[in-house]
Amino acid sequence: MQISGWGRYPRIQAKLSTPRSEAALAALLDGGPLIARGMGRAYGDSALAAHTVSMLRLNHMIDFDPQTGQLVAEAGVTLQEIITAFLPRGWFLSVTPGTQFVSLGGAIAADVHGKNHHSEGAFSAFVDWFDLMGPGGTVTRCSRTENKELFGWTLGGMGLTGIVLRAAIRLKRVHSGWIRQTTIAAQNLDQALAAFEDTYSATYSMAWIDCAATGDTMGRSIVMNGEHALRADLPATHRARPFDIPGHSGKSIPFDFPGFVLNPWSVRAFNEFYFRMNARKPAQSLVGWENFFYPLDAVRDWNRIYGRKGFMQFQCVVPLESHAEGLRAILDAISRSGAGSFLAVLKRFGAQDSRLSFPMEGYTLALDFPMTTRALALMPELDRITADHGGRFYLAKDSRLPAQTLLDTDPRWQKFAAMRRQKGLAGQFASAQSERLGL
Amino acid sequence: MSRSILILGANSDIARACAHRFAQDGYAVRLAARDTNALASDVTDIALRHRVDVTAHAFDALDTPGFAAFLDALPELPGTVLCAVGVMGDQDQSQTDPDAAARVLRSNFEGPALILGLLAERFEARGSGTIIGISSVAGDRGRASNYVYGAAKAGFTAFLSGMRNRFARSDIHVVTVKPGFVATRMTEGLDLNPRLTAQPDEVADAIFAAQTKRRNVIYVKPLWRWIMTIIRVLPEVVFKKTSL
Repeated sequence: MQISGWGRYPRIQAKLSTPRSEAALAALLDGGPLIARGMGRAYGDSALAAHTVSMLRLNHMIDFDPQTGQLVAEAGVTLQEIITAFLPRGWFLSVTPGTQFVSLGGAIAADVHGKNHHSEGAFSAFVDWFDLMGPGGTVTRCSRTENKELFGWTLGGMGLTGIVLRAAIRLKRVHSGWIRQTTIAAQNLDQALAAFEDTYSATYSMAWIDCAATGDTMGRSIVMNGEHALRADLPATHRARPFDIPGHSGKSIPFDFPGFVLNPWSVRAFNEFYFRMNARKPAQSLVGWENFFYPLDAVRDWNRIYGRKGFMQFQCVVPLESHAEGLRAILDAISRSGAGSFLAVLKRFGAQDSRLSFPMEGYTLALDFPMTTRALALMPELDRITADHGGRFYLAKDSRLPAQTLLDTDPRWQKFAAMRRQKGLAGQFASAQSERLGL
Repeated sequence: MSRSILILGANSDIARACAHRFAQDGYAVRLAARDTNALASDVTDIALRHRVDVTAHAFDALDTPGFAAFLDALPELPGTVLCAVGVMGDQDQSQTDPDAAARVLRSNFEGPALILGLLAERFEARGSGTIIGISSVAGDRGRASNYVYGAAKAGFTAFLSGMRNRFARSDIHVVTVKPGFVATRMTEGLDLNPRLTAQPDEVADAIFAAQTKRRNVIYVKPLWRWIMTIIRVLPEVVFKKTSL
């Protein structure tokens, strides 16, 4: 069957196996290359291979310790399922990416990050251990004290060290499902960066950035900070049921939009509208967890707005030493190209936590581009600017980075590739991405 | 009436999705299947997620003499029973090997009908209960590609409709489910039209809603009702020449 990542580019013809037991999974590891797949929310080709193994039926929850908040669950369990089960008991994910439709295994493989990276770290910081199935179906328990090497290479290792069967993660105590949100309208990039630094102590922070704005308003942003609301922060009407929040309505995009819907003018108009709407909102508000963490989950299949050709994401991080010049150069290149990014996110990162983790102390910029020749032509320039400023790239978003660019900007992957060859992992576990990037 | 559901054939993807759906609404869940070892992880999973009472019970749909003892050993007479027992079998094998064909007929018709018949008696004695049978669109008209399975499902559909008629004036309700294509172990590897193919979760939602709204016969993807209506009304002279 034909499968693709969330960006719907590339698409490949693949055999998709769906094992329902550990033994059935082990039987698939016969030496031929394959890659595990969860919810398919990596944007590019991370979870694509001629033989792809869906982990979605290995999705049992196994244990929960209400003293420590440690949850043990199989890799196919989704973050949404974890929230559904445990938020009503006062527990939330310690780290969550911008969608709840990802699997536990995928979150570990990509070492996903969230709005609290600067304050609390990446997903890996809350992984106590996992069981990894390697070549021949052998299972290894990996943690910070047991099989440390394999533990380190697997967090952020894009599924290329083996298949995570089950993992123990720590959830965080919360007292409500509400977030106290603070919104700051920044009129340009300098103001946005200043807002991030001024509010560094906020638990959660991110900014939507208008990539269509130029000149004096280049980099204008809506910076959003958040804190979990205590019961006392809630209006009396919500206090009795602090975890009950009206959910998303579940609207979906029923068909592929034609390619012309997203064009430089519509993107500009949308960004203008979005900035004005948010700049007018009150600076302080109480918002539900779904609206705060997962605004895009409100529209199912939102990737269809980019039409049949799909889209690509560009996400880089630029280190703190050179971030302002780097970000300015990227924004400048985008506006000169006229490619226009519909959804763009800016965020301050804290220090790198796991060995292969993408984040590092600095700023990350995530941009969506429809799959057009104009946008494709822009990518090498964005790659070059990122490299020149000492930055690096996020593989969970990538579908087209040249191998040499990755290895030059991020030498960790050279060691990773050597380790894979030495341990005999390269033949058994491979994705379209790992082959493209020579991992 | 106790809020509990007995799920027969609990190892299937549809059964598992239904177990979660009913547990989400607070039902105690009784999982029954031949291989209870395979149920252990589901017992833990459902209890952990939904904080309900979950137990596993050995049940073999071909062991008709053991049915009464099986029901006696349950923690309670359930409020709802869902029968998801069934095997597709291989049509070619069913044509040439009477034992294989008998197994398909017994697993899809005899076993399910007899156990639900026994439960119906007990529901009648109590005066309430919901019986949900998972039949198939394959039972709506026999086709060359799977008529042994289809005939068994046709029998099961008729049995369910007969019970529904019998209990129409009582508090016992009977639901017939014809899921159409579902993305399960049974259909893995087939290139199915996504508009006609339901996810197990969708089937579970439809079944739960059917119980609540006391619906009689449900198809999960609405298109199936139209397709099967057309297939049923095609004159036999035309139908016999088709290859559907």
